[in-house]
Amino acid sequence: MIVKFIDYLRDRLKLVIRLCFGVLVLLVLYDALLLDKSYAHTAAEKLPGFWSLFGFIACILLIVFAKLYGYLGIQTREDYYDR
Amino acid sequence: MFTELWLHPALILIVGALILPLVKGVARKPFLMLVPVLAFAAVLLMEQGTYGVFPFLDWNLTFGRVDKLSLVFAYIMTLMCIIGTLFGLHVENDYEYMAAWFYVAGSLGVIFAGDFLVLFLFWEVMAFSSVFLVWFRGRQQSLAAGYRYLLVHTAGGLALLAGIVLQYQATGDLSFNLLDVSNPTLALYLILIGFILNAAAPPFHAWLPDAYSEATVSGAVFMCAFTTKTAVYALARGFAGMEILIALGVMMTLYGVIYATLENDGRRLLSYHVISQVGFMVAGIGIGTELAINGACAHAFAHILYKALLFMGVGSVLYMTGKSKLTELGGLYKKMPLAFLFTLIGGLSISGFPLLSGFVSKSMIIAGGFDDHLYWAAFLMMLASVGTFLSVGLKMTYFIWFGKNNCSQETWDKAADPPMHMNYAMGFTAFLCFFIGVYTPYLYNMLPYAVEYRPYTAYHLAEVIQILLFTALAFFLVVKKLAPKPMISLDVDWFYRMSGSVFKVTADRSMTYVNQWGQETLAEAIPHRLNRFFLEGPARLCLLVVKPIWQLTGVRIDGPDGAEHRFLETFSRSLFTIGSSAIFTVIVLLVLLYSIM
Repeated sequence: MIVKFIDYLRDRLKLVIRLCFGVLVLLVLYDALLLDKSYAHTAAEKLPGFWSLFGFIACILLIVFAKLYGYLGIQTREDYYDR
Repeated sequence: MFTELWLHPALILIVGALILPLVKGVARKPFLMLVPVLAFAAVLLMEQGTYGVFPFLDWNLTFGRVDKLSLVFAYIMTLMCIIGTLFGLHVENDYEYMAAWFYVAGSLGVIFAGDFLVLFLFWEVMAFSSVFLVWFRGRQQSLAAGYRYLLVHTAGGLALLAGIVLQYQATGDLSFNLLDVSNPTLALYLILIGFILNAAAPPFHAWLPDAYSEATVSGAVFMCAFTTKTAVYALARGFAGMEILIALGVMMTLYGVIYATLENDGRRLLSYHVISQVGFMVAGIGIGTELAINGACAHAFAHILYKALLFMGVGSVLYMTGKSKLTELGGLYKKMPLAFLFTLIGGLSISGFPLLSGFVSKSMIIAGGFDDHLYWAAFLMMLASVGTFLSVGLKMTYFIWFGKNNCSQETWDKAADPPMHMNYAMGFTAFLCFFIGVYTPYLYNMLPYAVEYRPYTAYHLAEVIQILLFTALAFFLVVKKLAPKPMISLDVDWFYRMSGSVFKVTADRSMTYVNQWGQETLAEAIPHRLNRFFLEGPARLCLLVVKPIWQLTGVRIDGPDGAEHRFLETFSRSLFTIGSSAIFTVIVLLVLLYSIM
């Protein structure tokens, strides 16, 4: 059942992706237009779509930083300790 | 001295573990389940109070300090013991259960300990029983990893013991309560090192990914729950409000996430997330407000469940296929759909999706940070949450169950959903993750302080959903860059692993040198010289006298038939040669005589 459902979605991948983008757009619109921001902790959060931007940038930042850190010599071959 | 009848749940587990080898046949599996259920029941029936106080030498040892803080930890740990035992029900080796139960008993012992001596006793029980869960994997690497694990924990235990001794010397009090964290002494720092080593705070953390990734499939499920969370309990009890822990915890959350993003081995990746998640709890304890301490306890509770679920999911892949590296897996949703579903629930829980456990627990800690105006800490923890979703919810799940199929034909053929008892264990845990997320009073009513926190507000929901979905967007945009590589990441265990081989080479060389020196000097050169002295010494003394006379009289001295050679030969044959030892004896006797007179 689970496999069938996943395959069903995969067969319509383009539609699924479009739907997801639709959700993202709606989410930002909701944040910008409807959300009551009086509960925000800081002034920055009052920006429309602040947390969307935060999530996106934070993710890219972490990937770049991790990759850089790995290239500095932290990542190495698997048999490193077996010499 | 029992204040009233009180049964320590650790005792149930220990007695159960000792009886286990005697239980055979059809009774074995029911017995295996019965013991942890009894321990759980003992915790459920417990009333708050102080029990099990025994006088020992000058002290009163308290085995049963039961309050809200110890109860919430004992509750989740005995519950976890049931889940872990159910998940490992296929294991034939009785000793593996014994090790696991002794290990849980150690945790429970620490949690109910009212003083440092009892705490230390059970603290060591934990280390020395859990190491068997690594060793029973039976691989060469597991053996080595187990020894490293034991070594590090022994060092941490010694720091703790030193701290306890100094603390007792300074205060004359052994009871384990909130320490004076605003005026830290050396004793306090040593105790802190002992605790944070078990909480896997960098730089004392490398034992965790090292050992957990080498443990047995069910052993890792136990290990991920107990050592670090017992340390969280100990910190919450003794170090609440110590500011240095905020920075340490925030650093842990990010450190674990960065390493997890690079990691290729599924269980190592999850291990780094233990560090990251425990970081949230440590930061909460450092913030120290009622909300933050509640958050730390709630997060420990939720974390034990979803992390066990994740270790069970990846463990079942390892159990079925023998592989745990992302570069050797992929596309498995067709073969292991149930394991996928459960792991996904675990992954979404740890990422803090609404309706799941992480959402209602982690946010308490972050809210505690915001409320205390620690914006840097709160925002960095948010950043770490992004990383959590990125590496567990997305990367690991995607590359094991979707992504490029890297399975060998053998791996693919072996892959299938695990045995029923594993599915039950995962299903039950997944249900609890939902239950905690949906029905918040279940968890919130157990917490040490009264909770006024409400996670399901429109603002908080919008905040979390935006962060998570846009993280997912970023992930799928760069997914190719994140494809796993067959590499390892060096961590601080490099220092003791490499210093190990440096030590070996140094020891080897220096010992060979000492050995050689001993052989050449002590065994050969000195006896040879002594021998020559006793044989020829008197003769050479005489030569000193006769040589000038010969030189004066013009006798030929050198050469094979010269005077010197003939003299020495005569001397060695003459009576005098009995000599040197006799002379020696006489001298000694004379000295003795003189000293007696």
